[in-house]
Amino acid sequence: MTAMTDNAMPVTPRAIRDEMIVFAIMTLLLLIVPLTDLYPFFVMQALCCALLACAFNLLIGYGGLLSFGHAMFLGTGGYVTAHAAKVWGMPPEFGILVGVAASAVLGVVTGIVAIRRQGIYFAMITLALSQLIYFIYVEVPFTHGEDGIQGIPQGHLFGFLDLSKPTVLYYVVVANFLFGFLIVFRAINSPFGEVLKSIRENEQRAISLGYKTDQYKLLAFILSGTLAGFAGSLKVYVVQNASLSDVEVSMSGLIVLMTLVGGLGTVFGPVVGAFIIVATQQYLAGFGSWVTVIQGSIFVACVLLFRRGIVGEIAHFFRRSL
Amino acid sequence: MADAGMAGTAAAPSASNAAVLSVQNLEAWYGESHILHGINFDVSPGEVVTLLGRNGAGKTTTLKSVMGIIGKRAGSIRFDGKEIIRASSDRIARMGVAFCPEERGIFASLDVRENLLLPPAVRNGGLSMDQIFELFPNLKERLSSQGTKLSGGEQQMLAIGRILRTGARFLMLDEPTEGLAPVIIQQIGQTIARLKKEGFTILLVEQNFHFAATVADRFYIVEHGKIIDGFANSELQANMEKLHTYLGV
Repeated sequence: MTAMTDNAMPVTPRAIRDEMIVFAIMTLLLLIVPLTDLYPFFVMQALCCALLACAFNLLIGYGGLLSFGHAMFLGTGGYVTAHAAKVWGMPPEFGILVGVAASAVLGVVTGIVAIRRQGIYFAMITLALSQLIYFIYVEVPFTHGEDGIQGIPQGHLFGFLDLSKPTVLYYVVVANFLFGFLIVFRAINSPFGEVLKSIRENEQRAISLGYKTDQYKLLAFILSGTLAGFAGSLKVYVVQNASLSDVEVSMSGLIVLMTLVGGLGTVFGPVVGAFIIVATQQYLAGFGSWVTVIQGSIFVACVLLFRRGIVGEIAHFFRRSL
Repeated sequence: MADAGMAGTAAAPSASNAAVLSVQNLEAWYGESHILHGINFDVSPGEVVTLLGRNGAGKTTTLKSVMGIIGKRAGSIRFDGKEIIRASSDRIARMGVAFCPEERGIFASLDVRENLLLPPAVRNGGLSMDQIFELFPNLKERLSSQGTKLSGGEQQMLAIGRILRTGARFLMLDEPTEGLAPVIIQQIGQTIARLKKEGFTILLVEQNFHFAATVADRFYIVEHGKIIDGFANSELQANMEKLHTYLGV
């Protein structure tokens, strides 16, 4: 929590200008990836995780609500989109839409239950709900249990963008990531974001100023869950499957790790954190299950040595908002 | 010592049905601890009323109870004629009660401008940013400073300025002079006097009796969770000896 507060900077015009410059650089880098030797599949996976971490960061970094169950949104978005695409034959735009809608509904239902408590109790409720959803997905036939939904057709987005072509798919994922990122960016730089920050810092004071803080927390939870579902839906078209691994508790832990490593309460931290964690999975795959040990070591190092996260430390050093 | 009920009515210059705030037999608890044991007082429109008392007497708890921050309460709190003892804190705020807590509650990650823009407008007539800067010129110079980078005096000005933005006409200020330099205390005093002149009703909690004497119309003495005495500012000199006994000054 201390790290989170340390990263919090007022949204001055200069801060927004800094963030816009970094956003432009990030966009440019993403656009030129196909021209480099970088593996596009890795970048697409990382972007899906980055969107997921950004959604999670909106809740913890700005609302102060630590969810240990965000994998339920990722998995729900993924499963529903996968089912819609494979069984119902929906085109990608509608597949993504129903996946996102399902996550939003799940966000409403779980949010109403979870936001009634704070701190560790909120985290435990989200964890319990996530486990509940996990066991539902283990049992219901449409998820195909351990096998998951495989061989999902990528189809044509809007009827003309052939997602089976890697370059087209890459730019579609980039565009969707930037869209989701900008929603989060807009939310945290809006009056809604200011109220969220005030709730994070002193909820009682925000209430006594006249805010119904439960409504704001619920809205943040739903928005965060919906965007996490959006990431899950996108991921389906990248990896062409939806499996239980996306709903598991370890995935929820991974989301926390990505955000912490990058920088809690920073705009770009979750993106950096997601790239680092996905890179460890991708490029250190040869170490087998030792990857988990490496990730654990990164987590410990992060907590002990740079509690603000990578972006948080850089922002703190240069006294900039990133 | 006068009993609570007598004190509440003896010093009140107006009938309770005309009062903006009327507190009757207010009791409050922190968990198992019984803090307020039947508080009675009224605040009339346009008045500055001060609750005086020693540390731990129940002054802050009284304000928090009015604001709905204390979970367990009993008795009656009527604001603008409406019973609010069961109302939630946010609803009380939206009815036009503004509370400036002792710890000021400045949001650290927001700058001065954002802290001032944050409060919702609960009624028409909230002060504009320019009006706030006219009251507290220091704030204009620190507009982009983070809340925690302000001095104690500036934080207090920001905390008062923030509640004035809401449009609330009934202000509850909890020890606004605590820990401040004399020159800042003087500025806060002038602000309170000006707000009173503009028709604001103010309920003040103070330990600094000398400050309270310059701004308040009436005083209530709180001790052990009860109002034990009350008098108007015009009766101050006559009650000075008693007051010294009550406050131990």
